[in-house]
Amino acid sequence: MEDLRYLDDVSTLVLDKEKCIGCSLCTEVCPQAVFEMQGEKAHIVDFNACMECGACVNNCPSKAISVSPGVG
Amino acid sequence: MVQKGQKISSSGINIMSSMDEMASSCSTQTPDGPMKGYEKPGYKLCTYVSKFIHTDAGPIPIINHKLKKDDLFSTFYVRWGIMRYSYTVAPGLYGIGKPDKNSEVLVTANFKLTFDHLRKGLGDINAWILVLDTKGINVWCAAGKGTFSTRELVKRIKDTSLFKAVDHKRVIVPQLGATGVSARDVKKQSGFRVVYGPVRANDIPAFLRNNLKADKKMRQVTFTMYERFILTPVEIQMVLKPALIIALALFVLSGFGPGVFSFSEAWERGIVSSIALVAGIFSGAFVTPLLLPFVPPKEFALKGIICGSILAILVLVLMSASINGIAGFLALFLFSVAISSYLAMNFTGTTPFTSPSGVEKEMKRYIPVQLIALVVSTGLWVYSAF
Repeated sequence: MEDLRYLDDVSTLVLDKEKCIGCSLCTEVCPQAVFEMQGEKAHIVDFNACMECGACVNNCPSKAISVSPGVG
Repeated sequence: MVQKGQKISSSGINIMSSMDEMASSCSTQTPDGPMKGYEKPGYKLCTYVSKFIHTDAGPIPIINHKLKKDDLFSTFYVRWGIMRYSYTVAPGLYGIGKPDKNSEVLVTANFKLTFDHLRKGLGDINAWILVLDTKGINVWCAAGKGTFSTRELVKRIKDTSLFKAVDHKRVIVPQLGATGVSARDVKKQSGFRVVYGPVRANDIPAFLRNNLKADKKMRQVTFTMYERFILTPVEIQMVLKPALIIALALFVLSGFGPGVFSFSEAWERGIVSSIALVAGIFSGAFVTPLLLPFVPPKEFALKGIICGSILAILVLVLMSASINGIAGFLALFLFSVAISSYLAMNFTGTTPFTSPSGVEKEMKRYIPVQLIALVVSTGLWVYSAF
């Protein structure tokens, strides 16, 4: 969402590229287009768009992604 | 209704086919002839069901893809928060169009607004619709709260004997359901493969034509002015009750003055301060959400301060004849802006792009500011009476 952005540098999203197996499911489930495939690995291309919904974490088969928001 | 029917068929008693005969013999006498045989004491047929079809998984209701007048009317009042939490459809398997064993299975939530939105978006598609029990909450919120989940999806796949209705092993889950669903676990526990469909129901026909591939646009949420606008009635409805209590307190507070307590002052100053309250609510729960991308700061509380300040000045200047002095003016200004800021911040919970970590940061910073404004404004308001 380009016209509506929330606070920068607050998301708790972490991607462990070592663990990424390149299945690209995170690029599919993320509603904010945070990830993009670059070669065999997923990359975070729009970190500040992350709203910590957890869809990527839930679906990553190799547990390469984590988000840990507080109470919300 | 659905589950009841399945129990009848699965226990091997052939009631349903006799009902069909009965229905056809009645069909000339009643307007909804084919449905007549499905009436049961204590049950009411849903107006969105056009007929039942018989499948290996039991009788399945076929739903209309067009919304009727009563659907639209109830959409209107649910948008105002009326009967919001009892606006549900029964979980289970439905069909739309002429589904067969090769038709796709679309998974959705049992909030009727969601259900209506889906069937309207499907047009003339033939498909199965698997409704999960999300306690009347939409897909995304239910996924976040854990009712639209792997467990519930697996349970529904089994309860409805989905494998008997279709020859393939595939369910299409709305992308926003991914927050609560793990595709891998669903496959492991039910044998069905999860394909994530587009965010919006209207994109499903294109998604199906495109061999179950969604383009980038279909994968991203939007928050257009119209999408923001239709959410504002609930925002306003939610504050009505607290606003009434605050207004009452304002009338009492406004009565204190040189003569200890004056009823005429309570009335006159009470009305003026209530107008400032209404201006704050209007700004925070309607104007700020509507103008969201056009108000520069990223913090919602700040957006609310900006909109609230402009609106408060306009309203207070118009009422300046009934406000005593600069202290009174300042009191109402701070009060109105604090309300606007608080309600604007509250709107973070409604938008599809705010992160919990960001909201927490914003609240820590702005709730104290709002509280201080409120306290100072109360002091100034009483002071201005003297």
